Amino acid sequence: TGEAEAARVAMGGSASLLPREALGEYQELTFLTKQEILLAYKRFSELLPKEERENACSARVPKSQILTLPELRANPFQQRICRVFSTSPDGDDSMSFEDFLDMLSVFSDSATSEIKSHYAFRIFDFDDDGTLDRKDLEKLVDCLTGQGEESRLSNAEMEQLIQNILEESDIDKDGTINLSEFQHVVSRSPDFARYNVPQL
Amino acid sequence: EVFLPEETRGAAPVDFLQQLPSYQSALRRRATAAGGTQERRAAPQGPAGRRASEGRGLEQEEGQVAARPAREYPLSIAEKRRLRDYQQADTKYLSGWKQWKRTSSKSLKKALSEVKELSSYLELWRHDIHSIEGKFGTGIQSYFSFLRFLVLLNFIIFILMFSFVTLPSIVAKHGMFNSSFAKILPKNVEPHCTVYEPSGTKGLTYFYTYLKDLLSGTGFLEVTSLFYGYYTIDAAWISIMRYNLPLAYLLATFAYLALSLIWIIKRSVGGFKQNLVHNEDAFQSYCNKVFAGWDFCITDPNAARLKHRSLQYELQTDLEEERLKRKIADRTTKEKLRIYSLRIFINIIVLAVLSGCFYSIYRATVFSQENSSVSIRHDGRRDSTNLLVQYLPSIVITMANFLAPQIFSFLTRFEDYSPAFEIRLTLLRCVFVRLANIGVLLVSLWSQISYCDTDKCKACGYNYELYPCWESEVGQEMYKLMIFDFIIILAVILFVDFPRKLLVTHCSCKPVQWCGLQEFGISDNVLEIIYGQTICWIGTFFSPLLPAIATVKYFIIFYIKKISLIHTRKPAARPIRASSSNFFFLVVLLIGLIVAFIPLGVSIAHIPSSKACGPFRSFNTTWAVVPDTIREFPKGLQQVLYGIASEAFAVPFFMVICLVMVYFIALAGAHKRVVEQLREQLV
Repeated sequence: TGEAEAARVAMGGSASLLPREALGEYQELTFLTKQEILLAYKRFSELLPKEERENACSARVPKSQILTLPELRANPFQQRICRVFSTSPDGDDSMSFEDFLDMLSVFSDSATSEIKSHYAFRIFDFDDDGTLDRKDLEKLVDCLTGQGEESRLSNAEMEQLIQNILEESDIDKDGTINLSEFQHVVSRSPDFARYNVPQL
Repeated sequence: EVFLPEETRGAAPVDFLQQLPSYQSALRRRATAAGGTQERRAAPQGPAGRRASEGRGLEQEEGQVAARPAREYPLSIAEKRRLRDYQQADTKYLSGWKQWKRTSSKSLKKALSEVKELSSYLELWRHDIHSIEGKFGTGIQSYFSFLRFLVLLNFIIFILMFSFVTLPSIVAKHGMFNSSFAKILPKNVEPHCTVYEPSGTKGLTYFYTYLKDLLSGTGFLEVTSLFYGYYTIDAAWISIMRYNLPLAYLLATFAYLALSLIWIIKRSVGGFKQNLVHNEDAFQSYCNKVFAGWDFCITDPNAARLKHRSLQYELQTDLEEERLKRKIADRTTKEKLRIYSLRIFINIIVLAVLSGCFYSIYRATVFSQENSSVSIRHDGRRDSTNLLVQYLPSIVITMANFLAPQIFSFLTRFEDYSPAFEIRLTLLRCVFVRLANIGVLLVSLWSQISYCDTDKCKACGYNYELYPCWESEVGQEMYKLMIFDFIIILAVILFVDFPRKLLVTHCSCKPVQWCGLQEFGISDNVLEIIYGQTICWIGTFFSPLLPAIATVKYFIIFYIKKISLIHTRKPAARPIRASSSNFFFLVVLLIGLIVAFIPLGVSIAHIPSSKACGPFRSFNTTWAVVPDTIREFPKGLQQVLYGIASEAFAVPFFMVICLVMVYFIALAGAHKRVVEQLREQLV
């Protein structure tokens, strides 16, 4: 795909570059390296129609376009990721370049475990009420096992699973998992460190 | 890295309390009362609003908590920009010294991140492993990272042996830089022990003989620096300095073993910490699987579908295992008796299979040695020693390594263990078979070498007629094992995997489609390369250039396995968790290293070194060079060293080590208890 990308850049005329002060500022405010930010800029401007590429920094990309990225295409949490990182005032989950960088920063290798767990909590909180209750957990497990009738767990299995999860993580026994309980249980989870997306 | 970085540790308890719901609602009340209308998203509806209020809340605590860089706050970039400006506005009021400290630490961090970025380009196969991770997940990626680690380890071992052993020998033998060497006939040794005439290349040879020599390490290869016999140098001078080659050889051996040990332990420490604190397997395994279950590295929709299926399978298996455990607890005594007697019976069968393997390896080694040595030593050059006889031990070992795991996984079905335990038990048995096979080969080899019935033979300590240079023999066996292992891996991929793939894609009849492509069995592949690495560790003492062959071998295997994975395999349905698999690979590698210590220890310290070749001719055993060197040290140093090696020092030292270990174990237990108590207090 290297040649395809180079050809696309050549055809699109002069690819607008990120101004230097902005680059330095983004390096400071995110966990991404300079290379990663530039690559992200290129990927983001490719999602925009040609006319808007000059002001890629201030343009917004609709959700449908974002979901065509390979990193998100196969991800069962794609809708939630767009919702969580979008700062769109209209609530249509469109993402600006800064939202895009935020997302990549949280999923990069160098982000702290605290940031990752904070955002993971938001992603799993399907009803946005600040806690993970039974319905959220059910939707979460359904996302994990895949769409389709035969890939869902049976009701009895779901019940047993949610019972086990709450037993392990619900410290104050209120039937829901709040942010601190979630961060506590996830900090001791050996696989959580692999919450990354591959380098662009 | 699972553990939080050091800087945030001090702040962690305060942040934890800030997230409590009661504190959050207090903050919100304060925020809406104070100046909520100034924010675009004033009231805390939705995630964006919550982010803003948290940012403000955290800013208010700024004075009490050490300031963290803006990027460590979970806010949008616009919010972080505001936070950073607020932090920087603060710095104007600081003294000049604190300002300088802050700016210098910032520029230092920037420089460090640039250096880290540059050094990541030097990493071998970075892009390949990342693309494998994206397509197949982190389980399979861990296998390839492990392979990369072994390539680097072997390369470093090769550099070590080459620079301290091979290079000085070559320099001395060819007289470069005014160097010279001396061959001193050992005193107090019968002259018949010192006769060694390897048949190197004599004139023109058939190409077949050349190929045979290349594959079995005999003939022209035997006299090269590949094998121990080349290093028959008793004293060497590089320019004007005297280079103690025997001591260097022994110390280089210890050095590469110590280097491997330290490097493996360093890599496995992270995983060990996890396993030590959370040694209860079921504890938090559900949360781990659900919250951290999705592999965010997957970009391919097919791989995603497989991951969904494997997650579903894993969750269902765990739930079933829990139900099974409850069932086991309810077992009656009669059932327990039946199950235990069945398990004992199956273990007896397993032992029988193992003894069968060991006996066949022993017979094959003896047969191979008898039929190859006799014709070469006594009847000159005879082409009737065909390659098959030479390679018989390798063939038998490979067949045993292939058949035994199949038998074990078949038998274990009857033992009625929980699935997780079943997998572990089968893996352990396979590891044991592979490593024990090498041990049996070496033991049978030694029984041949030290078989002595005449007095002349007993005077030398080993069978001088058939094995005048027995270390080279052992080196040749290890070399053959390594070459054969490599050939088998190539052959399986070329002649089994690719035809299978062709068959599956072009032939659409039912049985072929039902067979399908083979899965990439991570544990089988890992055991394969660990077996090869153990051979390399044992063989390097007898054949100093073996690590170079191992490096090239693993380098080629990386590309071959990658191609085979992409084109001919489907990923395993049963997932192996990446975190525990890394630790498991390193533990098995460590077991392989410790198994390698045993034959090396025995041959260095116990078996008399051959008097006809090698740098240890004038010593009884290889180890004897160390006491000899110590005797030449100044008296004071000698006293100190003797003191350290004596019982008066060793026993108290050992007791102190035991006490320290008990202390740390008690500390770990106490920490666990405190964690439990705190947990109870929170409820």
